[in-house]
Order: sequence, then C-alpha cells, then structure tokens
Amino acid sequence: MIVAEAKPLEEIADLLGEVRKILVVGCGGCVTVCLAGGEKEVGIIAAALRMMYKKNGKELETLEVTLTRQCDPEYVEMLEKYITDDVDCILSLACGVGVQFLAERYNKWVVPALNTKFAGGTIEHGVWEERCGLCGECILHKTGGICPIIRCSKSILNGPCGGSQNGRCEVNKDIPCAWQLIYDRLKALNKLELLLEIQPPKDWSKARDGGPRKVVREDVRIE
Amino acid sequence: MSWKAGSKLEKLLSQGHFVVTGEVGPPKHASPDGILRHAELLKDYVDAINLTDNQTAIVRMSSIAAGVHVLRAGCEPIIQMTVRDRNRIALQSDLLGAYSLGIRNVLCLSGDHQSFGNHPTAKNVHDVDSIQLIRIVKDLRDEKRFACGEEIKEHEPRFFIGAAANPFADPFEFRVLRLEKKINAGADFIQTQCIFDMERFERFMAMVRERGLHKKAYILAGVTPLKSARAARYMQQSVAGMIVPEEIINRMEKAKDPKAEGVAICVEQIKHLRTIEGVAGVHIMAIMWEDIIPTIVKEAGLYPRPQAE
Ligand code: SF4
Ligand code: SF4
Repeated sequence: MIVAEAKPLEEIADLLGEVRKILVVGCGGCVTVCLAGGEKEVGIIAAALRMMYKKNGKELETLEVTLTRQCDPEYVEMLEKYITDDVDCILSLACGVGVQFLAERYNKWVVPALNTKFAGGTIEHGVWEERCGLCGECILHKTGGICPIIRCSKSILNGPCGGSQNGRCEVNKDIPCAWQLIYDRLKALNKLELLLEIQPPKDWSKARDGGPRKVVREDVRIE
Repeated sequence: MSWKAGSKLEKLLSQGHFVVTGEVGPPKHASPDGILRHAELLKDYVDAINLTDNQTAIVRMSSIAAGVHVLRAGCEPIIQMTVRDRNRIALQSDLLGAYSLGIRNVLCLSGDHQSFGNHPTAKNVHDVDSIQLIRIVKDLRDEKRFACGEEIKEHEPRFFIGAAANPFADPFEFRVLRLEKKINAGADFIQTQCIFDMERFERFMAMVRERGLHKKAYILAGVTPLKSARAARYMQQSVAGMIVPEEIINRMEKAKDPKAEGVAICVEQIKHLRTIEGVAGVHIMAIMWEDIIPTIVKEAGLYPRPQAE
C-alpha cells in the first residue's frame, strides 16, 4: 500500500490560513489501513483544527466526508454535493494521488494533510516499512525477493558495498543492509551463484526517469 | 609490451615492483596550493597519489581538477570516482575530460552516503553501481564504446582501472567473491580498506590466492598511521566497514609518544604485508597527516622509489 503520515497540525493550519468553512476528505484505501487518513483521522483532525481556530478567536466550520477511494473518479464524483460556494478549501487526507484527483475534478483550493511516504507494508501495529521503489521493471526474482532498489541505501545492483557490517547499513545502524539480507536468503535457498553474475546498469527509463508514466490496457478499456 | 593505459602505476606493477601509493584529500576551497605542496612533498616517496572524490560526501575540489594539479607538480594521479553524484552521462563525460587532461588511473567507488556529509539533504544518484562503472571504463577502453553501446570512433580514453575491496565488511565469505566480480568487470588494480586486523586480512588473502585473483589484478593493501588512541577508538566504533583490534588500541594507549607509535605500527604492518603472497603494494592513507608519509616509506625500507622503464 501507499504509506502516508499526517503533517503536524500547526503546519496544516498554516497551509489553510484564513478559511471559514472547509471540507475535510478522508480516503478508505491505503491511508485508512496505515491509520493516516481514514474516517477516524478525518474526525480527529477536523476537531483539532476547530479547537485550534477557536483558541485563536476564529470560527471554523468543518464538513467531514470519507470516500471509498480518492484515486478513483467514480468515488471522487460523490463529493460534488458538498462542494458549495461557501466552502473555502478542501483538506484532503489521501495520499498525493487522491489530493490531485480532487484538485483535477473540483475548482477549489486543495490542501494536502498528509506527507506521502512510500510503497510498503505493516511490520507490526504502528510500524510501516518501505518495500518497493516503483522502478517499473521488477527484478525480485534475482535477489531472493528482497528489493535492492529501495532497500539498499545506494540502490546497488551488485552489492553489498564496503560499508555493510554486522548486517547493518553504513547509513544507520537501524537500517538492515539489504544486501546482507539478499545474501542470507540466497544462501538459504542454495542460489548464491545468482550473486556472481554481474548485473548490468538498470534501465531507469522504465522508472520515473523516463518521465511521468502511464499504463494503458487496451483489453480492458471500455468503448 | 603493449599497455592497457601506459600509466606509470601500470608499468611499475607489471614490472613487478612493490608499489607505494598515497592519498590526498582535495581542499574545501578553490586554491591548488595545498595539493601542490603535498604533491611536492610526496613526489619522491610514492608512485602515485589518490585524489578523493568528495570524500565522506563533503564538497571539495573535484578529484579530476586536483589530479591535474598533482600532474603539474610532476606526480602521477589516481582519481577516485564515485557513483553517488553523477549518472552514466556525467561519469563518461568526466572520464573523457580527465583523460584529455592527462589522467590515466581511475579508482571506481560507490561513495559514502550523502547523509554523512555537509549536504545531507542532497539527492543521490546511483544510476550505476561501482561494479557497473568499472565495466563502463573498461568498455570505453577495450571495446571502444560508450555505456549505451555506441562506438567511439577515435581517441577512446584508456584508463588503468582501480577498484576498492573491503575485507573487513560483511558478509566476510562473500568479500572475495565480490572482489572477483570487480576483477571480472575489468578492475586492473585493487586498493583495500585500511588494514588493522592482520589476521582477517591474511584469511582474505588466502581465499584470494585460492581463486587465483592475485594473478588477475594487482592488490594494494591499505594502511593508515594512527595519530592517537582516540582516533583508533573512533575508527573502531564509528567508521562503517572498519575493524580495529583491541590490542592496537592498547598499544596506542600505552605509548608515551602516540604519534611515533602509530608510525611504528604502520611500518610493521607494511613490512608484514610485503611478505604476503599476492600483495603487490601498499596504499598509505594518511589524510590530514600526509607529511608523515615520507617517514613511513623510508622506515619501511621502500625508499628510494623505482623508475618506470
Ligand atoms: S525491483 Fe522495482 S518493482 Fe521490484 S520491488 Fe524493487 S523497486 Fe519495486
Ligand atoms: S550497507 Fe548494504 S544497504 Fe547500505 S548501502 Fe551498502 S549495500 Fe546498500
């Protein structure tokens, strides 16, 4: 899933500035799972903002809606009835994709309430870790199912570098060295010979370096 | 004899001389004076000088520019090149430029992560890794083609290609295999991380000989003179991929004159390294203490330096 984290409340208030009525929109997708922008967080952030404005002697009205998914025009459409003239701003609690889908559809000022972090998963309650760098050409079959693109601090394809020690990355003792993990895993699977092959430079044009990407599936298009 | 690059370093190594290289960190300013002074000082004591590439991710004069100053002072440069800050376009462009300026040796590295340096908010590149860079430099030279496959019609850059090896990083069993990968990618010479744990280095070299790697590339053993027990402790605890045994720290702690002891340890290490089969030379890293290199070279019995034929 996409893992995101709420911006500090003061920052959100700062971004909103002089507003009287805002629409606080949550998302029922990834950000609900990672406890950043679901229905519950919408309620919490809206209440906290109202209190904050009140303390500063200002009135703030909040409308709260949570869509099934903000990255889907079908659901974004359902917001229409809330977009009235007196709404000064939409505060989106979705990932960056959802924020943009709202901005594309409605002629309103949209403010992001979250910082979108990475593609990852839950390690334990309250802990999420990055797993995929969205490189556009997956090579996990070569590395025992451990991604060197995003989990190695230097995206090395022929690792580990000389900074790997005691299983930790040179950058920080809290980061496991991805290449130690890859080594251990391939050793356990009796496939160490995979590491002897020199991996050629990656084709980054498949990643964001090739420009904004788009997937078109003719077989499922309607028309 | 036809040379790969024809650098002095290549010639001395292939003529079987036990080579000595030194290292100079380019300055955090735009004057060449310090480099010129160091090059003058080291000229008769080392066969070539490494110029670090924004070491520990701190902005410094580029290794290529610094290498040109070293060259002007009559000394042979080995420019370090990391893949942290440049993509394959910039790397190859700089290689062409460096060669045009007379540089003939390049050491291909990953580079320290930018979080260690003075611009921790910088974006890192890592378009290619160090092994891929080695192959790129080799292909420019031996295949006369760029990384994309396009032919170089004339004046291909012909570098003597270096790589780093760290016998003290993990997983230990894989370190020799990764060295082999670097040699297969095209490394002609290797400079190791500084050695303090001699026993581990000997085990590493035994594995190197077992796989015949010392016959495929020249291995220069890295050494660093210690200035104080504190410096030794710092390296032991805070430098990733470094092992400093307790007994060396003890020796430094007990010494009346720690600097002299640091030199003595370094000289002992060099004398010992010379006896290890497959070690083709030493690389003395004395950053911020370059002035001590002549003393070490003399005391280790490596002075005067040979001339390349
Ligand atoms: S190799 Fe690419 S697609 Fe596969 S997990 Fe890593 S970044 Fe994601
Ligand atoms: S220590 Fe491991 S994870 Fe960190 S940069 Fe080196 S190879 Fe990558």
